[in-house]
Amino acid sequence: MNSFLASVGLGPFLIVAAILFTIGIVGVFINRKNVISVLLAIELILLAVNINFVAFSAFQNNLMGQIFAMLVLTVAAAEMAVGLAILVVCFRNRGSINVEDISEMRG
Amino acid sequence: MLDIAAVFLPLLVAFVAGFAGKHIGNRATQIVACIAMLGAAVISIIVLRNVALHGTSETLVLGTWIESGALNVSWGIKIDALSAAMMAIVNVVSALVHVYAVGYMRGDKSIPRFFAYMGLFTFFMLALVTADNLLQMFFGWEGVGLCSYLLIGFWFERENANAAAIKAFLINRIGDIGFMLGVFGCFLIFDSVQFDVMFKKAPEVADLSFVFFGGAVPALTTVCLLLFIGAMGKSAQLGLHTWLPDAMEAPTPVSALIHAATMVAAGVFMIARLSPLFEYAPTARAVVAVVGALTALFGAAVVCTQFDIKRVLAWSTISQLGFMFFALGVSAYAAAMFHLMTHAIFKALLFLGAGSVIHALGGEQDMRKMGGLWRDQPITCACMGAGALALMGIGIDGVFGFAGFYSKDLILNSAIASREWFGVLAYVLGLAASFMTAFYAARLMIMTFYGAPQGERHAHESPWLMLGPLVVFALGAVFAGWTAEDFFGGAGRGAFWRDTLFALPEHDPIEAAQVLSCWVKLLPLVAALSGLSLAYGVYVRKRAPVTPAKAGVPFAFLLGKKTINGMPAFAGMTRGLYRLISNKLTFDEAYDFLFTRPTRRLGRFLWQTGDEKIIDGCGLDKGAALIMRLGRHSGTLQTGYVFHYAFVMALGIAGFVTWFWVRG
Amino acid sequence: MMIPSFIFYLFSTILIASAVMVVAARNPVHAVLFLILCFFNAAGLFVLLGAEFVAFILIIVYVGAVAVLFLFVVMMLDIGARERRRGFMKHVPVGLAVGGIICAQLALVAGAWTFDPHAVASATPNAVDNTRALGRVLYTDYVYVFEVAGLILLVAMIGAIVLTVRDRVPAKRQDAARQVSRRREDVIEIRKVKTGEGAS
Repeated sequence: MNSFLASVGLGPFLIVAAILFTIGIVGVFINRKNVISVLLAIELILLAVNINFVAFSAFQNNLMGQIFAMLVLTVAAAEMAVGLAILVVCFRNRGSINVEDISEMRG
Repeated sequence: MLDIAAVFLPLLVAFVAGFAGKHIGNRATQIVACIAMLGAAVISIIVLRNVALHGTSETLVLGTWIESGALNVSWGIKIDALSAAMMAIVNVVSALVHVYAVGYMRGDKSIPRFFAYMGLFTFFMLALVTADNLLQMFFGWEGVGLCSYLLIGFWFERENANAAAIKAFLINRIGDIGFMLGVFGCFLIFDSVQFDVMFKKAPEVADLSFVFFGGAVPALTTVCLLLFIGAMGKSAQLGLHTWLPDAMEAPTPVSALIHAATMVAAGVFMIARLSPLFEYAPTARAVVAVVGALTALFGAAVVCTQFDIKRVLAWSTISQLGFMFFALGVSAYAAAMFHLMTHAIFKALLFLGAGSVIHALGGEQDMRKMGGLWRDQPITCACMGAGALALMGIGIDGVFGFAGFYSKDLILNSAIASREWFGVLAYVLGLAASFMTAFYAARLMIMTFYGAPQGERHAHESPWLMLGPLVVFALGAVFAGWTAEDFFGGAGRGAFWRDTLFALPEHDPIEAAQVLSCWVKLLPLVAALSGLSLAYGVYVRKRAPVTPAKAGVPFAFLLGKKTINGMPAFAGMTRGLYRLISNKLTFDEAYDFLFTRPTRRLGRFLWQTGDEKIIDGCGLDKGAALIMRLGRHSGTLQTGYVFHYAFVMALGIAGFVTWFWVRG
Repeated sequence: MMIPSFIFYLFSTILIASAVMVVAARNPVHAVLFLILCFFNAAGLFVLLGAEFVAFILIIVYVGAVAVLFLFVVMMLDIGARERRRGFMKHVPVGLAVGGIICAQLALVAGAWTFDPHAVASATPNAVDNTRALGRVLYTDYVYVFEVAGLILLVAMIGAIVLTVRDRVPAKRQDAARQVSRRREDVIEIRKVKTGEGAS
């Protein structure tokens, strides 16, 4: 598929990834609603990184990028599992997962 | 070998008593102390005999102390006529006082500590006396000052004792500053602090001068004056004398040993030792003589107004030390040493006797409450009588005299024979002081022992442990002058002293004193007898309680008014004089006003304002408060909201990347 | 050719649009669904790049497991759609500004890089397909990495279970071993009681 790549070029892929990354970052701290939104935004960040890895790997004919992308996938899955477990426990104890209510570590 | 034993036995006693005293018990400590001190006394007498017979003079070097550039100082024991004589005096007096103290301090709860301090003091005194360089002498000097502080404050639960100890130490310290500056000056002039080196070089440097603040001051005179300031502090001369009467808070054996016989004589010894230097500094000697004479007169005058038996003896010591100093001033070094020896004997005797009296009366020290003790304490009375006669200086020239007679007369005769202006002045003042000395000595004896008891008491004679030393001293007071006169004032002195007491031949006053007319030689005796009879007249004939108005009577008599029944106006005038003198010329009050209070105020100011307000307030407390405030404000960054944290992280990333990109 | 570019742009646009909706959606279930759309489009991009194995893994793992997990949690917690907090609009400009800066920097970096001439090119000839090539590399050169990934998953699983397990009130049951091992002296005590008084 290198001809495809040759026609599009690496640049657009990276720009797409960059935009996705920014949306994810902005999504982390722009929301005031609930913790789920934060986790979703983190997923977006990880997705952007994956796109970057795979794009580079295709461009350099190097498989390392794709392997790392798979690792990122693994870690993202693990992290989501644990994060959601924490969220569930937190909801059990408080009854709410509103971000603005979780501020006991202030000071 | 013997010399080392004589010097170090007391130190051994001090260590044993100090560290093992609690374990071996009071009795054993006392036995060890007394036996060791008596042994040291015997050894010192043997050493003295050796020096007198063979004229040996040697220095045993024990080790090096400082080796730095031109300064080479070593520990050593120098045995020559002067140091052997002093060693004998110190050890004998100390041994007898130790024996006495066993009886006096019975029942005290810190006996090992007492004997440790006494042993330590004796060792330091011996180190001072056997020093062959100024620094070792200073070591002993400081050491005896320390032991004096420890012993004055021996009963430290008493507030007066603590205050007196500090006072003594501080005033001593002031003198020590002079001493130290003198040592520095010596090193500057002579490039060495060894005595033999200094003495050899003395004639050459007699004309040197220091450049000081743009002007030239004669070097040797300055150094001698500074060293004399040290002697003033240690020997309680006028100006730095205020500590000695208050030092009577110490136990009486301590007063006898330190403040009568030995430590206060250290100043006299020092100047005698440095006689080769002083000979070339006539101005310094003049100052010494004048100060000594004034002290003699002042001390004697104040004694006549004191009622505490120990204070009487303390002021008497000040006065007698004044005698010794003006003898030094007129270059009569041997006379001064003679008087030092006899004074040590009879003053220690008087102190120990006073201690016996105080002990018998259960602590009473006011003479107005005594009286009639000759019946209860005959031996003490006899011994103290001998001491008083020695103090008065009663004797017949050429036949026999008590100890003080020979030495005091030698001093006075040398003073008039020296033909210097300060010698004549010293003679006049010394004569007046002798008169008053006889007066107060007789007054002491009469008020304490004669007549009817003033008040209830159950007095008894003291135990033999206390009486034994008294008797020995009394024998000394009677015979010591007669036997030793030859060595000091007579023909034998040249062979004995050799170079240790050096006086330039052109103005050797002792030599000149031999050829005075016999009328002049009788004058001191006349003064003494008249003082004695005056005291008899006032206190025995008119045996009435002495009131201030009546006490003005002696002075009225002095000024030529014969009627003892007094003239009211005149008594009133002398009342003012009386009050002034009995307040010791307000020296204590003046010093308090001039030095103590301002120093206290300065200290308080520095503490409250300087330390607390400025340093603590601006530095420490403010600093701590500032940090706490910073911390609290920084803490508000932690809002607890995760999205705030994430936002800050994003800002951080943006910042970092921007920075790296700008940096290129 | 135009078609690959067109497909690329199509996928990218939908990807970015649904990403924006993930962040901005009011209803959390909608947000998760938009995330799933993102994943699909990203998988499409990967296929375009020739990494079809990674693309399918993306769908299977992300969409099939992670996004479903999200849905489970969202529905279980019953969060419900709430209107936006009042202060929401205040923060958008600042957030957009920071985001814009980051994006610009990333773009600048992208424009300035060069290929590393020493980068190792592993074999991806057209003859071998992606899966086989990955398999060849993964289990030989990067086998440790593979094992570690497995461990991470194990740890995450244990962690999640430990966090959420609840102690239930034990149901009453019989424990035969306990019943049989009872001893007389542990359970019976004889007391002398006076007549008329109780045994307390």
